[in-house]
Amino acid sequence: MSDPKEFVAGIDSDQRRSPVRVAFVTRRTSAQVKVNREDQVQTYPEVLFRAVLAIELLAIALVFFSLLFNAPLEGIADPTHTPNPAKAPWYFLGLQELLHYFPPVVAGVLVPSLLIIALIVIPYFNINIEANGLFLKDRANRLRWFYAAAAGMLIFLIGFDVYVAVPPTVVVALAMIVAANSRPDSPSKFRRYLAKRPLAYWIMTWFLFELIVLTAVGTWFRGPGWAWVSPWRNY
Amino acid sequence: MAVKTSAMMDKVRASRVWRSVFRAGTGDSTLHRALAIQQSIFLHLFSTKVRKRMVKFSATWYLGTLTFGTFLILVITGVLLMLYYHPSVPQAYADMKDLQFVVSSGLFLRNLHRWSAQLMVFLVFAHMFKVFYRGAYRTPREFNWVVGVVLLVITLLLSYTGYLLPWDQLAFWAITVGSNLSSAVPLVGNKIHFLLLGGNQVNANALLRFYVLHCVVLPLAAMLFIAIHFWRIRKDGGLYVQGTEPKPQQNNETVNTAAEVK
Repeated sequence: MSDPKEFVAGIDSDQRRSPVRVAFVTRRTSAQVKVNREDQVQTYPEVLFRAVLAIELLAIALVFFSLLFNAPLEGIADPTHTPNPAKAPWYFLGLQELLHYFPPVVAGVLVPSLLIIALIVIPYFNINIEANGLFLKDRANRLRWFYAAAAGMLIFLIGFDVYVAVPPTVVVALAMIVAANSRPDSPSKFRRYLAKRPLAYWIMTWFLFELIVLTAVGTWFRGPGWAWVSPWRNY
Repeated sequence: MAVKTSAMMDKVRASRVWRSVFRAGTGDSTLHRALAIQQSIFLHLFSTKVRKRMVKFSATWYLGTLTFGTFLILVITGVLLMLYYHPSVPQAYADMKDLQFVVSSGLFLRNLHRWSAQLMVFLVFAHMFKVFYRGAYRTPREFNWVVGVVLLVITLLLSYTGYLLPWDQLAFWAITVGSNLSSAVPLVGNKIHFLLLGGNQVNANALLRFYVLHCVVLPLAAMLFIAIHFWRIRKDGGLYVQGTEPKPQQNNETVNTAAEVK
């Protein structure tokens, strides 16, 4: 080990020379990388082939659909004649449904802004990263918080007459109660699954249910004056 | 004949001109197949290898791929539709009628564009929820999730701006309902509303603004973010497989998979 070194370690800023990179393995770090190696396939041709195939099948399905069903086209735009109801595109009908209960600044500005911010912070939110079951640690305390939050949400929704949003909230709350009373080693596979779900899972699932229900109601069950209609009746 | 054709192709591929265009060279060795990805400006966004389990349909349902597929169909049909469309009142609506009755396959073209657009919005949401439930948004992939949220917003804006272009009753009132919401923004609401529409209500200026956003600004933004989105999959350690990766730890001494040179 007493051989003279052939290099001098240091920082050099001579851009005409290619730097020589040297890796030092010191005693405290290991050169081992802690990753499980598993089978891989080549992107070309295996993955690209499948991707192209998937897109081709999609294109064929869309071509058939487009041959069978015509895109809607109504009469020319007429600012003096308001259709009843005037509906937004389907993916905004959840928000339009909320607009029925809350002032525009809440349903049109606050809710969408908060949703986007919530989606952005999901991966940075510490509770998610742990990905532990919500009620596995500190159960009594967390259960108290959960009951308070669920009751608060239900009172809020009923207080503003948003009955449409109540069933998804109740379904998710009931599932959470089952989760709180399940062990991760329960004999039931379903209960094992629920017990291990973290908080982020419950919030996202609640959001998904509300999104589906509000969008479906806005699309199919709302008619003139935003009153309830049966989806099979033409107005 | 088949042998002759393939021999001819081999000769073409070995030619000086071909080799000057495609740097990777030809061959079916692992190296050549890796180079086919790595040496292409478009494909080098992807990693040269993918975990075998991630290729299965059940792993991702191919939702990201299919979303990109709808985007490709939308770009192609969209460019063709632009050849027949004038963003002016009332010509825009007359162009719709021409597409329906005069242009060969015009109705089909518009149908394909419209239905692909609806499907793309649906697929973007489906992709988001699938990624969430797989847990694929966690460290080190958190920024790619954020890029995904940006793409979700761009997709909604693309669909929304396209909604006005036919200039029919459906378009006019849907945009009226939607754009009125921007007036509800505290303090600057009316200014935003005016900026968006180029007036106090949906009119010819709004049609032109939505056309420019729909055909130029938003597609360019979408392409940029799609490129970043794809590239980050590789940079962040490839498609996420549940249960095979070490849990992120707090101390700095563990080796991060993403820090490996990809």
